This record gives sequence, structure tokens and C-alpha cells, in this order.
Amino acid sequence: MATQAGIAQPIRPGGRVGSFIHNLKTGDDIAYGVVWLCATSIIVVTALLVLELWINSAQARTHFGFDFLITSIWDPMAGKFGALPFIYGTVVSSALALLIAVPLGVGAAIFLAELAPPRLSDLLTFCIELLAAVPSVIYGLIGIFVLIPILEKAVVPALKSSLGFLPVFSGPFYGVSIFSAGIVLAVMIVPFIISVSREVLLAVPRDLREAALAVGATKWESTWQVVVPFARTGIFGSIFLALARALGETMAVTMVIGNTPRIQASLLAPGYSIAAVIANEFAEATGDLYTSALIELGLVLFALTIVLNAAAQLLIMATTAKGAGASR
Amino acid sequence: MTDHLSFQRKATNAVMLISTGVCTVFTVGALFFILGYLLFQGGKDLSWSFFTQLPAPVGEPGGGMANAIVGSAKVLLLATCIGVPIGFLAGVYLSEYGGATYSFIVRFTTDLLNGVPSIVIGIFAFTLIVLRTHHFSAMAGGMALGLMMIPIALRSTEEFLRAVPNSMREGAMALGANKWVTIVTVVIPAAMRGIVSGMMLNLARVAGETAPLLFTALNNQFWSPGWNQPIATLPVMIFTYAISPYPDWHRQAWAAGFILLSLVLVVNITARSIVSSGFSNKPR
Repeated sequence: MATQAGIAQPIRPGGRVGSFIHNLKTGDDIAYGVVWLCATSIIVVTALLVLELWINSAQARTHFGFDFLITSIWDPMAGKFGALPFIYGTVVSSALALLIAVPLGVGAAIFLAELAPPRLSDLLTFCIELLAAVPSVIYGLIGIFVLIPILEKAVVPALKSSLGFLPVFSGPFYGVSIFSAGIVLAVMIVPFIISVSREVLLAVPRDLREAALAVGATKWESTWQVVVPFARTGIFGSIFLALARALGETMAVTMVIGNTPRIQASLLAPGYSIAAVIANEFAEATGDLYTSALIELGLVLFALTIVLNAAAQLLIMATTAKGAGASR
Repeated sequence: MTDHLSFQRKATNAVMLISTGVCTVFTVGALFFILGYLLFQGGKDLSWSFFTQLPAPVGEPGGGMANAIVGSAKVLLLATCIGVPIGFLAGVYLSEYGGATYSFIVRFTTDLLNGVPSIVIGIFAFTLIVLRTHHFSAMAGGMALGLMMIPIALRSTEEFLRAVPNSMREGAMALGANKWVTIVTVVIPAAMRGIVSGMMLNLARVAGETAPLLFTALNNQFWSPGWNQPIATLPVMIFTYAISPYPDWHRQAWAAGFILLSLVLVVNITARSIVSSGFSNKPR
């Protein structure tokens, strides 16, 4: 087993048992055992994670069944637990975040991959990667004390006077809202879209650009009609990755979304998200059913992000492989 | 006609190219805005007592977050002890030993684990430790963060070990070294710089994590001796203080945010410059 890495092993006398004992003496099998154990422990831990979520949510799952996902009353006192307001808040705030972050992120990635001189591009990418390293609680802090006052004073009045007739911008604005959460999330996921999309764009073979330019396309036409379509699946992958981040994001959302378990048409109304309700109520949840319902919410979130992440990985792998294949 | 068309194409070209530049400026601007604002707000309220005193009760001015600073350090130490060895050794397995199928499974599971939202990791640590020991503890918090460190530790180890040229392994073996002696004395030292900086980035990433600590390490207004009691950490303190209604606490939250962000950014910049000065391939 230990000889699979492609490096020739010395031939030893004594057959399999002899070679095993020899290996044990020289430490090779011990070393192999240790690293194999660590690799396997990751699989065990991940399986255990799924198992624990499944077992500990059993009570809520058997008690509510499928209704858990489609009822919208969340009243721990009365023992009623419906997840719909949280699913709604999570999906709507993430969708809003994507709506803002995708054009911004893809635009910036195009600039960094196609236009900026390499040195400038590296410097800016470095800054953007730092933006990805900012802890989410800091984004929440900025959201509460900087973003919300700006929205209250300038952005929302302008929105209301121009688009106030739309139901999504109706009703009063108290600062904390799904709208604020969407904007904070957008700023948080832009770096992921940029850094992955940039890499995917850089993997597009040079000849394609040169061919497009040679037949008279402008720089933008070659980028938009040749390079971007080639990298499309990878860019979608980066968007999926960002979406998975947005769905699972907890602290910044908890701090600005308003924590109100109701479904309202207006984006300016306060809402709630799956991660936020777990963060707020888990430590104080009284009774097994309450805790179990919260863990089932965790399970829902887990399932959502796993599917998105897997899809993202596949899309990104497909594009990078395509780039490598075409340049050969 | 053709003139008009080509003008239109040129105009589109210019407008679109400029707008991609605007997108970039906007995003990078956000970073400098956050940095500048925190520096301004947090630096203003930072004092020596922030590092040396316990949190003051509501209404009393002053006080600090000494316990949260020590708490964060303790939880992170625990997380490092769990996440780094497992991730590192598993990374060695993938790069030096693994067969195709099993490596794929390990890599896939690691990506899965990496994608799990941090709050769900918190639930896992809760069911695993808090439910069984019946109290919130530094141990549970460290465990949660340690789990989060494993995937990145593995990925950076594997990536940098793979970058070591095969000829070095062959050279060592040709001199009669065993496989594990080769790995320990030749391959790992050659990749050490990269691996260390990968671990630093990893630590900086979990240092700011709040969600998994909320119901594992919980919080504490006082010192927390040992490993089995609720413990205060900087990120959780920032969260608690920021959503409180007291202006005094808001100021403390800004100061703590300033400390946390400076730490994270300093570690990030240091780690990245270590890599770029010594290696041609960068970590992701």
C-alpha cells in the first residue's frame, strides 16, 4: 500500500510478511498508519457531523414532519415551530446580495484579468483577498453603525420617492431589514466572486483573445463575446460558491436583519434568517423540542450549502479543465 | 454608416472597460473604508485599561476586555492543537501516500467540511461536547474552531508539499533514506515556509469566527480559569456589545473590533509576504 506514490521501493527478500515486518522496523508502516488515520478521521468527523444533526433533530422531524418547512408560525412558547419565515429571509437576503454582488464582482474580475497590468492586478487582488479576511462580526459592526444610518438618511428616502410604488419598497423603514442584510452580504461575498472568477478568466487560453482581436474585435468585444462565454461555467461556479457563503453567513446578518419571524412583501421590513435564529435562540432554547427544531434548521442549512458547494466545485473544475485542454 | 458603427463600438468598448474599472475601485474602496473607519472609531476609544481590566458593569464607564483577549488566545490555542496536526498529517497523506480513489474521497469530504456553515459546526460541537458534559466550555469552543481549521490546514499542506520537486524525493531515497525519513527530513522542510504561512492564514480566519462560539464557549464577564467553564472571546464580546443599547458598550465594541481586525490583517499580510518572497506559487 505504501508503494503507490510512484517512487520505486527497494526490493526486499522475505515476501509480504517479511517486507511488512521490515517496513515496521524502519518506521515506514507506522508513518503510513499515522497519516492514514488522520486522513480517515476527517471522513469520520464529517460523517459524525451529519449523524449528530440527524439524530438530534429526530424529535422535531417526527413531530412536525414535512410541515416544518412550509408553515410560518414560530412560537416557542406555544410549541409551534414553522421554518418558512427563516427560509424566506435567508433566500431573499441572499438573492438580493447576489443581485448586487454579481455585476460588481464579475465586472471587477474582468478588469483584473483582462485589463489591468499584471502588477496592478496582483496588488488589487491582494487588497480584495484582505477584504475576504475581514471577520463577519466586523461587517455586522459596520452594518449597524455606518450602513444603516446611511440607508436611513439617503438611500431609502431616494428609493421610496422613485420606486415607492413597488410593493418591495413599501412600508416604513426601521433600519434593520432584509434590505440592509442583503447589502452587507453583497459586500461580504464580492471578494469570493472576484477572486474565483479572476482565476477562471486567467485560465482562458491566450490564443482565443488574440484570434478575436485579429479579426477586428475591440477589447471589450473579445472579452465579452469570446473570453467570458468560454469561462461561463467557472463564473457560475464562483457565484454558487458565493451564494453558499451568503446562505450560511450568520453574524453580520443577525446584526442587521431585524430578527422578526414574519414574511412580508417589503424588503424594507425586518425579517429573519435560518443562521440568525440559530445564533439568537440556541443558547436559550428551553425544552428538547425547541432545541431539536433549531437543530433541524441547521440540518436544512447544511443540506442547502452542501448541494451548492458541490455544484460550484464541479463547475469550476469543468472550466479549468477545459482551459487546460484547449491550450494544449 | 461604417463610421457610425465603429464609433458606437468604440464607445461601447470605452464605457464597458471603464465601468469594470469602477467596479474594482468600488470594491477596493470598501476595504479602505472599513479599515479607515475602524481605525478612526476604534483607535479613539482604545486605552491601556482595555488590555488590563475586566468588563465594567453597565453604567460604569471604563473597564476593558482583558478576559476576552486571554479567552480568545486560549480558545485559539486549543483550536490549533486540534486542527493543525490532523490537517497537516492528512495533507501529508494526500500528497505523499494516497492512492487515487481514497485520496479523492478524502479531498471531497474535506471540501464538504469546508463548506459547512460555521453556525452548523457550532451545533455539532454543542451536541458533541456541551450536551454530554452539561455545560458550556472553552473546550467546546476550541473544538468547534479546531474542526474549522482542518480543511484549510490540509489543503495548504498538500499544495505546498506537491510543489516540492520529485527529484528531491528521489535524491534522498537514492542515498538510502526510508520513505518517512525522506518526507520528514527533505520534503517537509522544503515546503515549510509555505505550510507555516498557510497555517497562519488559517488561524487568522478562525480568530474572527463568532457563530460557532455563541453556544459552545458562550461568554463570561469574568476570568475563566481552566478549560471547562464558559469563556469570553473577542468576537463574541464585539457581537454582544454591538447589539446592546448602551453607548459605552458600543465604544468598547469598536475598540475590540479595531484590535481584532488589526490582528487579522497583520497576520494575513505577514503570511502572504512570507510566501511571495520565497515561493513562486501562491496559496489560495
